[in-house]
Amino acid sequence: MKFLTKDKLWLIVSGGILGILGVILVVFGNPKNMGMCVACFIRDIAGGLKLHSTATVQYIRPEILGVIIGAFVLSVITGDFKPSAGSSPVLRFIISFIVMVGALVFLGCPLRMILRLSAGDLNALVGLVGFACGIAVACVFLSKGFTLGSSKASSTVDGAALPVVSAVLLLLAVSVPALFASSSSGPGSMRAPIALSLIAGLVIGVIMQRSRMCMAGGIRDVILIKDVTLILGFASIFVFALVGNLVAGTFKLGFASQPVAHTAHVWNFLGMFAVGLGSALIGGCPMRQIILASEGSADSAMSVLGMLIGAAFAHNFSLAGSADSVVDGVVKVGGPSANGKIALIAGILILLVIAATCTFRKEKK
Amino acid sequence: MRTVDARGFSCPQPVIMTKKAMKEDGDLDVFVDNRVALENVTRFAESSGATVKRETIEGGWKLGIRRS
Repeated sequence: MKFLTKDKLWLIVSGGILGILGVILVVFGNPKNMGMCVACFIRDIAGGLKLHSTATVQYIRPEILGVIIGAFVLSVITGDFKPSAGSSPVLRFIISFIVMVGALVFLGCPLRMILRLSAGDLNALVGLVGFACGIAVACVFLSKGFTLGSSKASSTVDGAALPVVSAVLLLLAVSVPALFASSSSGPGSMRAPIALSLIAGLVIGVIMQRSRMCMAGGIRDVILIKDVTLILGFASIFVFALVGNLVAGTFKLGFASQPVAHTAHVWNFLGMFAVGLGSALIGGCPMRQIILASEGSADSAMSVLGMLIGAAFAHNFSLAGSADSVVDGVVKVGGPSANGKIALIAGILILLVIAATCTFRKEKK
Repeated sequence: MRTVDARGFSCPQPVIMTKKAMKEDGDLDVFVDNRVALENVTRFAESSGATVKRETIEGGWKLGIRRS
């Protein structure tokens, strides 16, 4: 059988577009090594909505809203829009909440992890190892029968609600920006022009919906069924973004002094471990949850809301990691505060309890 | 004919359910209700050496997995 099938080709092309867009968005103003980050941008939106008050990370990121709208429109056109609900929504909310805490400790979602790696940030390699380990642990439960239960068809109105709300939010953010909080310094103030961000988001939404790309699924499929299709997308993002960074001059190899990153390696590992474990348990990485929600899955919409509230909580209770900084010429290693460390460990334990409970419980007949 | 009803289950359940059923000999029919599961199960079954015949049914697809 030919290796380069149509779906593999689509993944490589989609990864390429995503990698290049990731670099372009940074060149045009997004924070360094953060052309696109589902976790950081949902966190910024939480700030814009005043769900938290950390002044440096508040902005209604058009990228996320564009992804939702783009994926929704394409799914309606292709017939993939399929409203459904009922597969342990509350557990998905909790798992995604913990995934967001883990991502904010590491300072990135799996997509940003790849973009950071492609810019030479080796701290992301530590995160990648943690991510893969988390997924491997999830695979143990998955192969023993872990399930969050099946969903049933729900109404078109319910399935379209999140995309519609996103479109309304976008309209308000563009026409009445004073309604929302908007950073004047820090990462929240670093932004590409709205039109570029929105168009990039729409394109990403379309290609992610069409290609079914998923960072967690890529590693999971290699472990569970020895299939490399999804991981090709992953690899393609890396290769194209790497070339883009070399061309744009944004590549810097090393651990130290990387933008919006820290060298607290244990916490980079554990943060992404939580992201890998949680993502594999709910069937997709944060980006995939957004795409599935846009296709009508209320369960994934609960995941998106879990991430939004998790991000707000993370900043209200100082759980997020802080970047390395230089004080009087000396590097001060960043990473999570004591609150963040406790929350992350507790979160990982909760994920393991949920995994065990949903694997070994006896189903009621 | 053994059947696997993977409708309503999200990734990666349909493939895992198929993988488990394919551990035993014989043919089977797998029911899915979304294109992702359709593609994933097809890809998995074909990589295991089986042939897959797709049939559109109401609300989804029936995948006839046949071993030679």
